[in-house]
Amino acid sequence: MGLLGRIGEGLKKTRNNIMDRLQGLLTSKSFDEQFYEELEELLLAADVGVQAAQELVGKLCEQASAKRIQDAEQLTALLKNLILQLLTWETTSIAITQKPTVVLVLGVNGVGKTTTIGKLAGLFRSQGQKVILAAGDTFRAAASEQLEIWAGRAEAEIVRHQPGADPAAVIFDAITAARARNADLVLCDTAGRLHNKSNLMDELKKIYRVAERALPGAPHEVLLVLDATTGQNAIAQARIFHQAVPLTGIVLTKLDGTAKGGIIIAVTRELGIPVKFVGIGEGVDDLQPFNPQEYVTGLFEEPVR
Amino acid sequence: MIFESLAGKLQETLRRLRGKGRLTEKDIDTALREVRLSLLEADVNFKVVKEFVGVVRERCLAAEVLESLTPGQQVVKVVSEELTRMMGEKQAKLNHSPTPPTVVMMVGLQGSGKTTSAAKLAAILKKSSHNPLLVAADIYRPAAIKQLQVLGDQLGIAVFQLGQQDPAKIAIAAIETAKKTRHDYVIIDTAGRLHIDETLMTELRCIEQAVAPHETLLVVDAMTGQDAVNVARVFQEKIKLTGVVLTKLDGDSRGGAALSVRAVTGCPVKFAGSGEKTEAFQPFYPERMAARILGMGDVLSLIDKAQAAYDGKKAQEMEKKLREQQFSLEDFLDQLEQLKKMGPLNHLLEMMPGMGGLGKKLKGITVDDRELVKVEAIIKSMTKQERLSPTIINSSRRKRIALGSGTKVQDINNLLKQFEMMQKMLKQFGKGKNKGKFPLL
Repeated sequence: MGLLGRIGEGLKKTRNNIMDRLQGLLTSKSFDEQFYEELEELLLAADVGVQAAQELVGKLCEQASAKRIQDAEQLTALLKNLILQLLTWETTSIAITQKPTVVLVLGVNGVGKTTTIGKLAGLFRSQGQKVILAAGDTFRAAASEQLEIWAGRAEAEIVRHQPGADPAAVIFDAITAARARNADLVLCDTAGRLHNKSNLMDELKKIYRVAERALPGAPHEVLLVLDATTGQNAIAQARIFHQAVPLTGIVLTKLDGTAKGGIIIAVTRELGIPVKFVGIGEGVDDLQPFNPQEYVTGLFEEPVR
Repeated sequence: MIFESLAGKLQETLRRLRGKGRLTEKDIDTALREVRLSLLEADVNFKVVKEFVGVVRERCLAAEVLESLTPGQQVVKVVSEELTRMMGEKQAKLNHSPTPPTVVMMVGLQGSGKTTSAAKLAAILKKSSHNPLLVAADIYRPAAIKQLQVLGDQLGIAVFQLGQQDPAKIAIAAIETAKKTRHDYVIIDTAGRLHIDETLMTELRCIEQAVAPHETLLVVDAMTGQDAVNVARVFQEKIKLTGVVLTKLDGDSRGGAALSVRAVTGCPVKFAGSGEKTEAFQPFYPERMAARILGMGDVLSLIDKAQAAYDGKKAQEMEKKLREQQFSLEDFLDQLEQLKKMGPLNHLLEMMPGMGGLGKKLKGITVDDRELVKVEAIIKSMTKQERLSPTIINSSRRKRIALGSGTKVQDINNLLKQFEMMQKMLKQFGKGKNKGKFPLL
């Protein structure tokens, strides 16, 4: 257990070491190769991923030498800017342009799809919109019950079928109901599915097609929910979900922990899909529009809040 | 982007250096850079990677690697040995209390799969003639209790619940009940919580103090990134963990978090969850996980699966036939049937080294199980004689077979061609041409 013990000890001691060292380098106003290495490690620690981290630091190096920047603080600001550029998009939130606007919410298991829908319902109800939830997760035990409780909290209506029912049928019914009852928004829950299961991805395509049939132009928004604690696998998730059905936005959940969710940098960089919301807790109000500025600041903050 | 195979990459890196005669320290460092990248891509925490690479480096600088004729393979060997050692050398079993009931507590972040894992654990215990009791102590998440009840119903396992009461009280009451009703295992499903949520972590400690669990399992999502170390460290600080359950291994993540968590807590991974079905819960094999993190495929699991589905006697016969090169279409059909027992082809391919990556390369191409059905139909439409010596299948026979199996002559041609190629390949195997292709296995 020699090696194991050593690493464990090391991790305990150096919990915030990276920030400390960076801080040290920042205040000493000197920078060199080591500084860039530390920056890269900071990005890696936030799950930005090797490729994106190296690219960002590489760009920073270039710009620094072109602009002859010698100051460590300015350099960090420059890096923040580079990341900001990647994360800033014109479209944020969900535009309710059509009545009803249909939003499909997808993701792998356990990322917080149902909770996100509950919070979205609360958000739009508070803006006075009429919201219908579609309990499209007919697979997981008690998923509909969970959504029903959220519907109660947010004072939204819900359309649900029996467990094991065809999710596409539930969503079709919800959209039809929304048209009949003149609702503003339909939020469709789906079962968690791992992106490498092709039968489940086929099911998703079917749900998309059926939504389209229920209302031309629907779904107007397709949101992929990513868990901030997820590592490099989030890239594969986003890529394959996007191949199956065109995504219009990302919801980054569980950002109230110590995970930074840096993987969204790699994801938006590769797929060009904006982050629209972040989840920061379990309460009905704990969903916020994504603010790139705040996010990047948080990225460089102390890991343990 | 994802390493198809670290082994291949290392081989390539080091081969370029071959001309120089002896390898130097610098060459080893070049190779170790690949190791570092591979581990980072697999989501192993960067600090763990750093330490790990340091240890491997020391060992690689020893003469055995530098002077070896196959330094690439040697480096891979050292890496995989050290990794396996770190993962824990042998399979760790569930703790067992001499006086029943054995109390197991499941803890973890939201969405890591605690409830599903609790149910799966109860299911394997039940299968090995135990009498587990599931306890619904997640009083926060909407419908969490209901979820456990539904799962319990499906599995025929008793579920204890007291509604939204204090979880510690629920746990104590559950154990009392278990003693009376002779349940020998009590599995407590706690609410998902963030490690930095002081209130909820205190609650967890209260449960721990109230029931003194024999086993406290941290449930970790195999897709977790760098933050796995923070989560594991804090949980370990607040309560005493005794083991880890790694979930969602049926995804395509490399699962480096397993290594991070192991490094921080020192606790062995005891179970691996891989699927939505309650039977998809297995003991954890450290060496297989090491191979997966390195991107070398889960060959051992594949072999296991094959063994479980394979009829030993038949396999021996087959081996003899292969060796004597008497492999006929009849045998081929037999093999297909065995293969079908092993589950969907995609699943099998993912477990093969390099294949996981291949799937990504051939975007959208999936192996179709229906293709097998077609092949089966074709062979079944042949006479016994045709199956034994396919060379006699002339064009009129082909037409007849196509009609009989509802396929086209073209399909028959393809199958026969493939079969011929397969026989050629088998001949090479017989001569031992491909021996030593997987030096690690």
